[in-house]
Amino acid sequence: MTDFVAALVQHEFLQTAVIAGVLASIGCGVIGSYVVVKRITFLAGGIAHAVLGGMGAALFYGVDPLNGALAAAVIAAIVIGLVKLHLRQHEDTTIGAMWAVGMAVGIIFISRTPGYQVDLMSYLFGNILLVPSPDLRWMLGLDVLLLSLTVVFYKQFLAVCFDEEFARLRGVPVTIFYLLLLCMVAISVVLLIQVVGLILVIALLTLPAAIAQQYANSVGRMMVLAIALGALFCVLGLGLSYRPDFPPGATIVLVTGAAFLLSSLVSALVRAGRR
Amino acid sequence: MIPTLVRFEDVSFRYSGPMVLESVHLDINEGEFVGVVGPNAGGKSTLLKLMLGLLPPTRGKVSVAGRPPQQATRMMGYVPQYPAFGRDFPITVEQTVLLGRLGVTRWWGGWSRADRESIRNVMERTEIAPLARRQLGTLSGGQLQRVLLARALACEPALLLLDEPTANIDMRSESDIFDLLKELNRKMTIVVVSHDVGFISQYVTRVACLNRTLICCHPTYELDGRTIKQLYGDAVQMVGHSHD
Repeated sequence: MTDFVAALVQHEFLQTAVIAGVLASIGCGVIGSYVVVKRITFLAGGIAHAVLGGMGAALFYGVDPLNGALAAAVIAAIVIGLVKLHLRQHEDTTIGAMWAVGMAVGIIFISRTPGYQVDLMSYLFGNILLVPSPDLRWMLGLDVLLLSLTVVFYKQFLAVCFDEEFARLRGVPVTIFYLLLLCMVAISVVLLIQVVGLILVIALLTLPAAIAQQYANSVGRMMVLAIALGALFCVLGLGLSYRPDFPPGATIVLVTGAAFLLSSLVSALVRAGRR
Repeated sequence: MIPTLVRFEDVSFRYSGPMVLESVHLDINEGEFVGVVGPNAGGKSTLLKLMLGLLPPTRGKVSVAGRPPQQATRMMGYVPQYPAFGRDFPITVEQTVLLGRLGVTRWWGGWSRADRESIRNVMERTEIAPLARRQLGTLSGGQLQRVLLARALACEPALLLLDEPTANIDMRSESDIFDLLKELNRKMTIVVVSHDVGFISQYVTRVACLNRTLICCHPTYELDGRTIKQLYGDAVQMVGHSHD
């Protein structure tokens, strides 16, 4: 870790990587908290993997892959949301199919694009060390959008996550807010793709929030704690991967997973002690 | 003449199979305390959901204050039979009750000071003020029912609908909650679904006996053994016993 701190002061690409990790943690701490309390991790997984279709198409047609990812993620979120709301009996099969078909479309497009192998690996597993500085502004913009929507519609999102039926009775347009929430999940996925890649997105989206849930007594506090934990895991993962030259995205996810296991164990012991 | 608040005109309803409710006619007047009783799967909860506008009738018409129920949801408070949320949801009692202010508070941002003051009165009335900062998952069944009642009262409803509000709590808490409902009935119309006709008849002004069709709806003193037998399909035996 000492080497990493010394290198961090010297190298701009490492500073950019740390800032990217923190920016990704902001959006993901907020939206990951909704994903965890609403128990829609599978839906978020479907959105994350369907994104590869959009990225592949964007690469093939020479458009910025992140724009393709954002468009694909939002489309996937709306389709998956409608499937969830209207095809409850076949929801898991349909989402699973979209998950796989999205990836398959992406792989076909990428295979037809020259130099596909490097790009494919970096989109699947991310590379936080290669985030270009201009992308930081783009990530900051997405964070501002997510935070603004969360602050303005805090009550409505809380009601929809807590008790949909009651929210509907209180006049909240549940379908609209549910789809908006999934679109926000889509934006968070795109934020994280650069950090850990779309295969590992779900871990960083949900695990810091799941740890925070064990200690927070409100969704607001859960979000703040999840942001702090996500940023900590990103920096720690980057630091630990630096000297042995491990893939940073995978190391970040391993650190996050280990922290989740440890925290769950401690929580279980504390609960057992109280009984 | 006391105005009619809820009206069912020849209402039938089915989910996907056979009819759950058939040709129900029912008028509930302002200020009444109506108990809906009947056997399991007799359509009691469905009747409430039609009143709330959560289900559209297959045939017939439901109106609340002269409007379709969907347009009258803001004047209704609802206490469900089963909470639709996970007990591990990170939310305090105060935040849960505040959610009842949706629809009457500003649409943007967090809760206002007026919301917090408004629910303080409701929480004191339902005797949950000392629990305000407690996590919902740490409450007993009786405490949780009071929180759900407070959430339903937070919008100051004119019509309060409760679906088996005391199904999972002890008898003392059950009496406390019905004593409170009796008091609330001075200001609002109440409809409560219950399977315990004997218990609720001490509190309600009228009983609607429902077993797919509405068998009768009348003041409690008119409820006799014949009606009970017709409702439940068998004789009901009263067993006297004492606790020394």
